[in-house]
Amino acid sequence: MEKQIHIEPVTRIEGHGKITVFLDDKGDVRDARFHVTELRGFEQFCVGRTLWEMPGLTARICGICPVSHILASAKACDAILAVQIPSTAVLLRRLMNSAQLVQSHALSFFYLSAPDFLLGWDSDPAARNVVGLVAANPELARKGIRLRSFGQEIIDRLGGKRIHPGWAVPGGVNQALSSADRAWTLGRLPEALATIQETLSLFKGAFGDAEARRVLSDFPSMYMGLVRPDGAWEHYAGVLRIVDAKGKIVEPGYDPSRYYEIIQEAAEPWSYLKFPYYVPKGYPDGMYRVGPLGRLNACDHIASPLAQAELEEFRQRSGGRSGRVFDYHYARLIEILAALEEIGQLLADDRIGSSTIRAEAGVNAREGVGVHEAPRGTLIHHYWVDKDGVIEKINLIVSTGHNNLAMNRAITQIAKAHIKKGKATEGILNRIEGGIRAYDPCLSCSVHAVGRMPLAVEIVGPDGEVRETLRRD
Amino acid sequence: MEAMRVKIDGRSYDANPGKTILEVAEENGIKIPFLCHLKGLTDVGVCRVCIVDVRGQLVPACATVVTDGMEVLTSTDAVAAYRRSVVELLFAEGNHVCAFCVSNGGCELQDLACDVGMHSVRVPYAFPRNRVDASHPRFLVDRDRCVLCGRCVRACSEIEGAHTWDFAERGRAVRVITDLDVDWGKAATCTGCGKCVEVCPTGAIVRKGASNAEMRKKPEVVAGLVEGRSHG
Repeated sequence: MEKQIHIEPVTRIEGHGKITVFLDDKGDVRDARFHVTELRGFEQFCVGRTLWEMPGLTARICGICPVSHILASAKACDAILAVQIPSTAVLLRRLMNSAQLVQSHALSFFYLSAPDFLLGWDSDPAARNVVGLVAANPELARKGIRLRSFGQEIIDRLGGKRIHPGWAVPGGVNQALSSADRAWTLGRLPEALATIQETLSLFKGAFGDAEARRVLSDFPSMYMGLVRPDGAWEHYAGVLRIVDAKGKIVEPGYDPSRYYEIIQEAAEPWSYLKFPYYVPKGYPDGMYRVGPLGRLNACDHIASPLAQAELEEFRQRSGGRSGRVFDYHYARLIEILAALEEIGQLLADDRIGSSTIRAEAGVNAREGVGVHEAPRGTLIHHYWVDKDGVIEKINLIVSTGHNNLAMNRAITQIAKAHIKKGKATEGILNRIEGGIRAYDPCLSCSVHAVGRMPLAVEIVGPDGEVRETLRRD
Repeated sequence: MEAMRVKIDGRSYDANPGKTILEVAEENGIKIPFLCHLKGLTDVGVCRVCIVDVRGQLVPACATVVTDGMEVLTSTDAVAAYRRSVVELLFAEGNHVCAFCVSNGGCELQDLACDVGMHSVRVPYAFPRNRVDASHPRFLVDRDRCVLCGRCVRACSEIEGAHTWDFAERGRAVRVITDLDVDWGKAATCTGCGKCVEVCPTGAIVRKGASNAEMRKKPEVVAGLVEGRSHG
């Protein structure tokens, strides 16, 4: 007799999804699935628009990570113009992507996930949020909020607004960095660096041991991320690298513009989110993970001293590469540090103040791929245009999608560990949600969906009758 | 010629014969919103945004010549309601998505919607299916954003003398075309002067290569050219 437990919607993630836990006759967990339940269809309605609109148009996929889409889109358009963009434009785009990593990772950690492990997985759900965090630890919450606002402010100053800045354009960017904004950013940088170092110490102190970090499941997989030619951590350019669970290189450095030769997408009837997989291993064995953990596991080193030291400690604590879902949080904090250090490096480069920021060109190629690392992982925009630059077809593989197989694996493992004889408390369900939350999925992006509803959990008998309902309004 | 007296919103003004209500209002600092009107081009009164009340009749201010003793009301509740409906219909008829439009922030239709207090559209959207024509090397036309004001048609014909632009079809199917409905890039009469781009009030006719919110236009070039020519 099969029963199902539904968690719908999954809370404190960006977008709208639900979880179904399938129970066997004894009430033990047989399987669990993460469903993304909305469809938006950007890949359809971009057709017929012009390539020059694509950064601004695809930015509207998401209000959390518009910057990621703008940059990937602009890169795909650069490829269609077939231009090398000015070096200042590269520096400025890198600066904005670093700021995006800071603000998005700070949002994920301080606003969405920290309430679970700083206030407790079983704490009162009504206060298990950023407001509860402010009440319990106002100083940490204040610093976290200021850290996020630092990233947002950089985006605002570069692009003219925090959300959906139509600033990166085909061929470069459309506004230079003023000396006043450069000075402001340099002035605020030390505070941001101090905040993230303090948060990392706190995190390692409380969750440094392997046991605490195992709470959200632990399983082997491959990992993917962009790396520089020398194997360094990268987020804007570079080549695609895939490593196995032990860090052994599977793909040393694949040309991102030929991503489709190694990554394809499978579909399942129960989710609008597709399932990318590594082609040589097939589906579903070709599961790999992206995002903060994917990038840190894929790279050899980080090209900035403080983050490199943290990476070495992370690897030492993990005994090499980490497969723990909880370590997404750890990796996220290290990446904030790396991004802040890079902001300092970029601002120290005199070229960044130049006003030569845009290459003008017509349509010189009929196809273009733009790949970079969004906070949640590798983001791929692929466009085909007609001779006049009107879009004929687009393909988007969004960061959250790459982790789809792994998110399903994580929740199944957590559910199996905690649910016995069909008994699921609110705290257990929160842990299952936590397994999703750790990946910081952005469902708005992944199916290009947004929504928020109270949480309802139903245990349904084989006859379809609801046996038990847990509700969180 | 003897000046006439015209009453606008309860106050009397001098007006020269032959002036339109819109001109007299502008001379006296009274704002009447408009869209198809553009100084330097023939007024055609097609958009109906500048409607005013003349003794209970709704007339387009841009295309109505003043008469002695005329009494005009520019902003009664009824006029404001009609004007808002007209703007809503303009939005419903096309596919106007400001968020990613190249003219976002520099669009006369967008400004108009703010001026008339349009915060929603109360009629169903038509969602027409149009094709972007980007075949011209320097410009493109996106008929999703065309409000059929005809400024491009008049500027091309009256100022440039090329008459590349015109209207085709009837009723809801009306659209602007180049030459005998060929792709713009193949329009033999087009001189590539770009006046149509500058006078188009929305993001319908734009410079190719302009990205999100980058398009800013100079419709006043037309009046400048006309003024310059008048001096021989």
